[in-house]
Amino acid sequence: MLADKDRIFTNLYGFQDWGLKAAQQRGDWDDTKSLIARGHDNIIEEVKASGLRGRGGAGFPTGLKWSFMPKESKDGRPSFLVINADESEPGSCKDREIIRHDPHKLIEGALVAGYAMRARAAYIYIRGEYIREAETLQAAIDEAYDAGLIGKNASKSGYDFDVFLHRGAGAYICGEETAMIESLEGKKGQPRLKPPFPAGAGLYGCPTTVNNVESIAVVPTILRRGASWFASFGRENNKGTKLFQISGHVNKPCVVEEALSIPFSELIEKHCGGIIGGKDNLLAVIPGGSSVPLVPAEQIWDAPMDFDGLKDLGSGLGTAGVIVMDKSTDIVRAISRLSYFYKHESCGQCTPCREGTGWMWRMMERLRTGDAAIEEIDMLQQVTKQVEGHTICALGDAAAWPIQGLIRHFRPELERRIEEHNAKFAEAAE
Amino acid sequence: MADRNPAPDTPELRERWGAFEFTESYRERADKAIARYPEGRQRSAVMPLLDLAQRQVGEETNTQGWLPLPVIEYVADYLDMPVIRVLEVASFYFMYNMKPVGKYHVQVCGTTPCMLRGSDGLFETCKKRGMSKGHVSEDGLWTLTEVECMGNCATAPMVQINDDNYEDLTPERLDTILDALAKGEQPKAGTQEPGRHTSEPANALSSLEAMVDENHDYRSEWS
Repeated sequence: MLADKDRIFTNLYGFQDWGLKAAQQRGDWDDTKSLIARGHDNIIEEVKASGLRGRGGAGFPTGLKWSFMPKESKDGRPSFLVINADESEPGSCKDREIIRHDPHKLIEGALVAGYAMRARAAYIYIRGEYIREAETLQAAIDEAYDAGLIGKNASKSGYDFDVFLHRGAGAYICGEETAMIESLEGKKGQPRLKPPFPAGAGLYGCPTTVNNVESIAVVPTILRRGASWFASFGRENNKGTKLFQISGHVNKPCVVEEALSIPFSELIEKHCGGIIGGKDNLLAVIPGGSSVPLVPAEQIWDAPMDFDGLKDLGSGLGTAGVIVMDKSTDIVRAISRLSYFYKHESCGQCTPCREGTGWMWRMMERLRTGDAAIEEIDMLQQVTKQVEGHTICALGDAAAWPIQGLIRHFRPELERRIEEHNAKFAEAAE
Repeated sequence: MADRNPAPDTPELRERWGAFEFTESYRERADKAIARYPEGRQRSAVMPLLDLAQRQVGEETNTQGWLPLPVIEYVADYLDMPVIRVLEVASFYFMYNMKPVGKYHVQVCGTTPCMLRGSDGLFETCKKRGMSKGHVSEDGLWTLTEVECMGNCATAPMVQINDDNYEDLTPERLDTILDALAKGEQPKAGTQEPGRHTSEPANALSSLEAMVDENHDYRSEWS
């Protein structure tokens, strides 16, 4: 188990004050000036060496992403850092804990990361439903300004850097980076076609990098303790510590920071008090937020919880929002409810997604009650393939994958329901 | 997609809201929001301004607030934007209410993580009290909405009522909260699980024990 001294988010549970003074006592904002004095490229190299991969779901190497930003502005356009705090993926609730209990880690990270990529300001896009969290974060930003830590000559580094908060208003799609940029510009959150990529033309047409809250908030600690410290956790290509969020049928659901690659069983037994009803009562797990396919009990138990380990199981680490389902779960309903979620959250821009998510949900509802024909399972599978990869953003894929996972692992259950339903129907007809 | 249409544009609506403008304190907050964006990009402030407008409407009607068409037009005028650009933002984002709501907007999360922990029972509780989805209750107190994942999955099931979250709910605990609100009291927000602080393993802390009683600085233990 990860030792407490190696946890980055020591006030994760908010037992102590989130304010500036308390945060400084815990080690935040400690000589930030010297971190910045290392220089733009040295910081990027250190983050690359740490092996940090984006914590928002896709797992793209963070340092590499920063290196795509222009080293100088040839036409006078400024660069921006946009921090994605639009945490809306069902099963995910980690950024909320950072924001309300350790906001100064995020703000300091914004300065250091923003400096590294030569950004002029950071916009933190927080989901609208995080109302109290946004109040805390704004208060923390104000504290940091008042103390001279950000703003003109931030932390006496000679670098000017602003941090602004932007509240969303209830649209999952704004977690997609180009939709987030559209929303920041005051429009509907509909994703943009890429290219151009945000690093070339993002917010207000300026070079922009979008990073998840957790990716940014861990950066100051990585710089202070060194890339090799961070890289000492987890397997090759899956380095560092990570906030896991375990929900559903465990005895003690919680958010906890652990080393990547921790086996699923250890995560559940050490921190969550085990599966409700014991290990044998486990049915399936959605290991990385609603978008990734479920994994049946026997495959997940010993699996390492990291990007590659879960990819090998046909699923993914995503946001590390682990949704646990025991044998009392109506698995078809659980997935159908996710289909409803994607239908509700489709932005309506691309036809396959706008029409497909509704169609898939209605089909799932029929499969839930068994009011379908066996061939329709294959038809549904085929339709998911027609949505997947045929839309501007990944919401179409995200709507397709949970259904594909269900069909892959629970086809006998789907068929059983159809046969049961049809048998009843035949009986009634006689 | 969520289908959302503005309330019908009637003479009564014009009569009631045609003269809407920000009060001084709301104007101050609106101008502060606009100042967060670069020169000439005031349009970026449309989301905070719609939120402020909804809140002011809420104060004037003693509800959570909503966005009548004349108010949307006012925001468009304030930011020098075409009305349709503001209307499409207002109808796109789910937190802008397109029709009147009750004093308390009871938003029950029904997505899978909450469903697994018993959100069905919370809907039952609301129904027993006479609420139905999308409607204002007869006494004007409640509007029930089923919302999508609110990001409180480790403390599920949860309900957001106006600006506060109530987590780790059971039907009984929700009843207690709704009773208190009906009486005009402000129940304690956050987790309702006795002994639980926030999202730690309830009454079984598995890490960071030193943080409970003091603001522990772990740096001396770094090697």
